[in-house]
Amino acid sequence: MAETVVSAQDLSLTFETNDGPVHALSQVNLDVHQGDFVSFIGPSGCGKTTFLRVIADLEKPTGGSISVNGMAPEQARQARAYGYVFQAASLLPWRTIEKNIAVPLEIMGYERKDREERIKRVLDLVDLTNFEKKYPWQLSGGMQQRASIARALAFDADLLLMDEPFGALDEIVRDHLNEQLLKLWDTTNKTICFVTHSIPEAVYLSTKIVVMSPRPGRVTDVIDSTLPKERPLDIRETSEFLAIAARVRDGLRAGHSYEE
Amino acid sequence: MTASSKILPVMTIVALIVAIWYACVVWMNAPFEYDQAERAKIEPPAFSELVNRTMAQERPVLPAPHQVFVEIYKTTVLKKITSKRSLVYHSWITLSATLLGFLIGTALGVTLAIGIVHNLAMDKSVMPWVITSQTIPILAIAPMIIVVLNAVGISGLLPKALISTYLSFFPVVVGMVKGLRSPDRAQLDLMHTYSASKSQTFWKLRWPSSMPYLFTSLKIAVAISLVGAIVGEMPTGAVAGLGARLLAGSYYGQTIQIWSALFMAAALAAVLVMIVGFAHSYVLKRMGEKPQGAVA
Repeated sequence: MAETVVSAQDLSLTFETNDGPVHALSQVNLDVHQGDFVSFIGPSGCGKTTFLRVIADLEKPTGGSISVNGMAPEQARQARAYGYVFQAASLLPWRTIEKNIAVPLEIMGYERKDREERIKRVLDLVDLTNFEKKYPWQLSGGMQQRASIARALAFDADLLLMDEPFGALDEIVRDHLNEQLLKLWDTTNKTICFVTHSIPEAVYLSTKIVVMSPRPGRVTDVIDSTLPKERPLDIRETSEFLAIAARVRDGLRAGHSYEE
Repeated sequence: MTASSKILPVMTIVALIVAIWYACVVWMNAPFEYDQAERAKIEPPAFSELVNRTMAQERPVLPAPHQVFVEIYKTTVLKKITSKRSLVYHSWITLSATLLGFLIGTALGVTLAIGIVHNLAMDKSVMPWVITSQTIPILAIAPMIIVVLNAVGISGLLPKALISTYLSFFPVVVGMVKGLRSPDRAQLDLMHTYSASKSQTFWKLRWPSSMPYLFTSLKIAVAISLVGAIVGEMPTGAVAGLGARLLAGSYYGQTIQIWSALFMAAALAAVLVMIVGFAHSYVLKRMGEKPQGAVA
């Protein structure tokens, strides 16, 4: 068994709001292992983004426990254990692409020469070589998102947290980026936690699919994918793929969140 | 809108204002001519003669535009700039106070904004006072500043500059607080995931984000600094500066002098705002701002 990267036991998080408490996460138990590609899927309010933010120490849990690389999330964050990719690319508009990727490297104190090498390497990984001198507004939405992935890969974090990174992109670009992401995951051997709304995306990408449902936010099903590691886009028409997708859909329906 | 397409509408308005001005000159200065004729017990002049005379009075109620411009020409180009009667000399006196006050005001404003953004206690305590400070009429506080500083032995440039500061720090504080808080949630979260220190977040994110806000505030601050410097010269018996010229002009009924000082002040303000405007576009261009109308 591979090393455990993220481990959550009875993890709960309740937001106190003016309309009473909101149970964003309730009794979540989950292990993510080294090299896993884990997708979190579920309707809005199911806590999938909250779970990612707890791993990243952007939210504090109110119950249960969670460890990241065997540490508390805060220590893991300070040890630079993960890279985070948001739904919006969030590139700084006054910096060129290479300078944007340099931001975390500068903050973490990498030497100039080391920075340059890393920037070159990650730009190559996301296929953005020759765009390093461009400003974000000169790039399409998909390219901006690739740049933000490069930024998260630039320092040595083995864990990549991705919060609906392709949610705002059209389907053709999204297919392309999904393919690229799989290749990238394969070459870098990172552990990826990936939040999505899309069933095909979750099934296509993941080794493990976590189905969640809202009110309270909880895990209703964890599906280990039987698909091979090598996944061309047309794998999505195979019966095996469709069977997993059907199970995800059933899981979502069991949470009967769409009828509420 | 390009510069050339702006010229026609702007010139139309200018022409309209000049036309109305000349009409008002005749209308407002005519009573004096009638009065003169009555005293000399002669017939009032015919209309065309009247029009000419209303535009050539020595102390008109309302000077004609060309009288003002002749006066400005005489007191700038034809006078040595060291002369006490040179408008350039007076403008420089006011300008130096304006610039010093603007610099102190900007520094103070930025410093306060940084404190307000980073410190909750300052946010709660300083901001209300900043706003309150601007509700006090500057005309009331200006003489006090001059008198108090004079009592402790500070006179000349600095007291006037401090009145400019009093006015100009306000837009800078308000603009910079907004600017330093302009980074969105995701950008701040990103800095948090890098475990960036407060100063790293400030220099890499907050400060560059605030630049458009800073320059917008500076445009207001520099114009208002000039107002502060002029106000600082008025109630304090200053002998030099545009404010002193305005005041002396009104004491002696020298309306042409008042108007030329007024025009000089307006021109000065326009130039100052333009310089800040150029700095604004230069900095944003250096920061890779998307050009107007550009498509990726």
